[in-house]
Amino acid sequence: MSFHKPTFAHPELPINKVGYRKKDYEGVISTLCAGCGHDSISASIVQACYEIDLEPHKLAKMSGIGCSSKTPAYFLSNSHGFNSVHGRMPSVTTGANLANKDLTYLGVSGDGDSASIGMGQFVHVARRNLNMTYILMNNGCYGLTKGQDSATADLGSISKSGSENPFQGIDLVGLALELGASFVARSFSGDKSQLVPLIKAALAHPGFAFIDVISPCVTFNNNKGSTKSYDYVRQHIEATSEFDFVPKEQPIKVEYSEGTGKSVTLFDGSTIYLDKLSNNWDPTDRYSAINRIQEGKKKGEIVTGLLYINPESQELHKLLNTVDTPLNKLTEKDLYPGDGILDRINDTFR
Amino acid sequence: MPSSRINDLVIRFANVNGTGSASANGLFAKAIFRMGIPVSPKNIFPSNIQGLPTWYEVRVNEKGYLARKDGIDVLVGVNPQTLRRDIDSISSGGYFVYDSSKKLHEEYYRDDVTMLGIPMMKISMDHYEVPRHQQLFKNIIYLGAIAALLDVELEVIKELIAEQFATKEKLIPPNYKALDLGYEYAQNSFECPLKVRVERRDLIGDKILIEGNEATALGTIYGGATVLTWYPITPSTSIAKAFESYAKKFRIDSATGKNKFAIVQAEDELAAIGMVLGGTWNGARSFTATSGAGISLMNEFIGYAYYAEVPCFLINVQRGGPSTGMPTRTQQGDVLFCAYASHGDTRHILLFPSTPTECFEMGALGLDLADRFQTVVFMMSDLDLGMNEHLTEPLHWDKNRKYDRGKVLSAKDFEDPDLEWARYLDVDGDGITYRTIPATHPTKGSYFTRGSSHNEYARYSESGEDYVRLVDRIARKIDTAKKHVPGAELYQKISSSPLGMIFYGTTTYAAIEAMDIFESNGIAIDSMRIRGFPFDEDVVKFIQEHETVFVVEQNKDGQMRTLLINELEINPAVLVPILNYNGYPISAYNINTQIDQHLSINNLMKEVL
Repeated sequence: MSFHKPTFAHPELPINKVGYRKKDYEGVISTLCAGCGHDSISASIVQACYEIDLEPHKLAKMSGIGCSSKTPAYFLSNSHGFNSVHGRMPSVTTGANLANKDLTYLGVSGDGDSASIGMGQFVHVARRNLNMTYILMNNGCYGLTKGQDSATADLGSISKSGSENPFQGIDLVGLALELGASFVARSFSGDKSQLVPLIKAALAHPGFAFIDVISPCVTFNNNKGSTKSYDYVRQHIEATSEFDFVPKEQPIKVEYSEGTGKSVTLFDGSTIYLDKLSNNWDPTDRYSAINRIQEGKKKGEIVTGLLYINPESQELHKLLNTVDTPLNKLTEKDLYPGDGILDRINDTFR
Repeated sequence: MPSSRINDLVIRFANVNGTGSASANGLFAKAIFRMGIPVSPKNIFPSNIQGLPTWYEVRVNEKGYLARKDGIDVLVGVNPQTLRRDIDSISSGGYFVYDSSKKLHEEYYRDDVTMLGIPMMKISMDHYEVPRHQQLFKNIIYLGAIAALLDVELEVIKELIAEQFATKEKLIPPNYKALDLGYEYAQNSFECPLKVRVERRDLIGDKILIEGNEATALGTIYGGATVLTWYPITPSTSIAKAFESYAKKFRIDSATGKNKFAIVQAEDELAAIGMVLGGTWNGARSFTATSGAGISLMNEFIGYAYYAEVPCFLINVQRGGPSTGMPTRTQQGDVLFCAYASHGDTRHILLFPSTPTECFEMGALGLDLADRFQTVVFMMSDLDLGMNEHLTEPLHWDKNRKYDRGKVLSAKDFEDPDLEWARYLDVDGDGITYRTIPATHPTKGSYFTRGSSHNEYARYSESGEDYVRLVDRIARKIDTAKKHVPGAELYQKISSSPLGMIFYGTTTYAAIEAMDIFESNGIAIDSMRIRGFPFDEDVVKFIQEHETVFVVEQNKDGQMRTLLINELEINPAVLVPILNYNGYPISAYNINTQIDQHLSINNLMKEVL
């Protein structure tokens, strides 16, 4: 069942540039467990879309199967949604994007959906640099089937039943970097101040933007010894940098002390600001990002923030050289090869 | 002595694959076509790139029978690996043309076959220096010799060579030379032409000689497909290749040089069909082409498309299954599988082309039907149809034809205050509901597409009543499709025999020939060709009008027969399976023999009783 929120809104609530209130970006009432990290991520998605003045109907919500993949019902009710099959969200998003390059594509997946059955599609959507935002709601377990370890569960992490995970955990951030993903970030569902600007930047990024969001499962993986519990993440989180995203045509509000920050201008004129860069890490340098993550891992840190961005990103449509008009707008007039052509083709077979 | 026959022969070229023989063999078939004589070439090739045996079989028949025929009149044997087998395969009274550069072992000689040795490799080495050239021109040398032996017009072959190398003119003279060398050797050494030979006719009209896959790709181009997502698999790969080549010719925006199409070679079939669903959901005509093994992988999404009602056009170029099966051999082995693909209760629209012309038409129609019925549509081609050239009617397209995009609402529709829209609400009573494409309207028309149970408003529902209403409506929708799939083709105005024969796809060629053979023997059999599923009323009527109906098909289990029994509740005793499933296209002789056997057993039974 789905439960709808009341549509009443206070008339004085602020309206964004495209004429929508924040409420207009919400969805139906969540049926996830109370305190689920995923609900916080949904709230951040609502906030980010509102703040970057995205018209809700020009975004398509895509998902696979699992707790995470149910969330698109809980945000952006005025957007079309596609809740696909397990691990196959990337392929459906690829097709949708090929059909209409003008929409914004927001894919939501979980660690069960992406790091196991969906691993193949994750890998290939990253290497094709499909223009989409891919949010991984990562809780290290299979919530819907009652808490089995997922492939991102860390080695040695202890499950609710007390068993220790004997297998290596897969780090999709490291993998995304290896694959040449053009935007890679990690965040925490409990850190909205970091997550919202990251989602905004990801939505604006022309190419594959991956955000791994650690999102504790309150019911099955929030126990002592779990490396994806609220407590553990709060104790081990290490932000690479303060982060802000400024869409184009918006006045720059953030100020950084000289010499410590960095700004990255995106294709569309938007800007990303990062504070506190360490000497050996530069977010536009893939190799330094890989090193930073490995160093963090050694120290037991969960490194968050924008880890890598390729400002020169060439998304799939550029690589395929498709026309500016979305393919789904082409009609008989655009597609008919022309009078006499078929006769000429017939002749080549005589 | 061999009997004299004009324009009625089977010639088989036995080659090693990867040696350039395909080009020379293709020239032979095309030359027969240009001489105005019906011709039917078939490639019998290995799942391999270089070094394994490959055969090219050409039937020449001025009566227009184009099925594969048992019995070989002339065999050109240039593959030492298969000599024994090849010589054994020649019909008594036939001819064996071989490379006598090395002496043929005595034990290979057959008294009832004329052995025609030509030192092909030796001639080639005497005239060409580069080893690769020696190999390639050897093929043209045997082609020249065959031209002399069978009376193929040399000028026609030369014209074809000139066309083939129009952009590489310097290759023309050495090819002509090789052709002449072979021709002259045969003329000087044997009594040419042989008693089995060809002679110019004017029987082709405006027909063309084209592979089914090529025509299929053209059908999807004319049908308005803009997104092709696919994964390489024999025997469907050439559809993607042809689509790309035609798209690059006819789908480039002249002002910008940009593509009015997108092709993605997916990582696997799971992704290829996922992309199709995403594309059609978002309003672009999308499709994929694959074979049985690929369909197996796609099953989960097929069920999704059926249940969530996302248009999906799939081209299945069938090969021998199950598993990897016989990847380079033909079969009609996926009929049942595709009719009910995926878990749960499903039923899918099937199209059965039997000629490349129908591949073209159904390639476009499939896109229309997928959009109209918002469901899965399979075009059931096969390796024989897809990868062999067939003599067929020229392709035709009505330039005023519009794509049928089905029930899609526009922003303007939503301006109507009386519009009561819900994604899965059947307002017309035909089971087909109205859909919207993402971004149609800022505040109206959005919905959530899901493979889980849902109600008319596309909302998740665990209500049993909602579920039953939904699946019953979808079933009604597929029933509606009966009137929209191509109807059965009847080969007689009225049924006049107690015996009937049903066939479909490439089985048609042999079935028509078998029907004629029966007729010439005084046995009338009424015939019907199935072209679409779900079955229309004609199919029911035809079966009802006959005591016994032979269902001829190319699979082991009689899958169409099972489908007929299951769908139409036919008494199984009425439908007699006539089957061929060895991977080679079925022959008329095979059909005649099996039906004869059935009839004689039945007569015997009657006498006994």
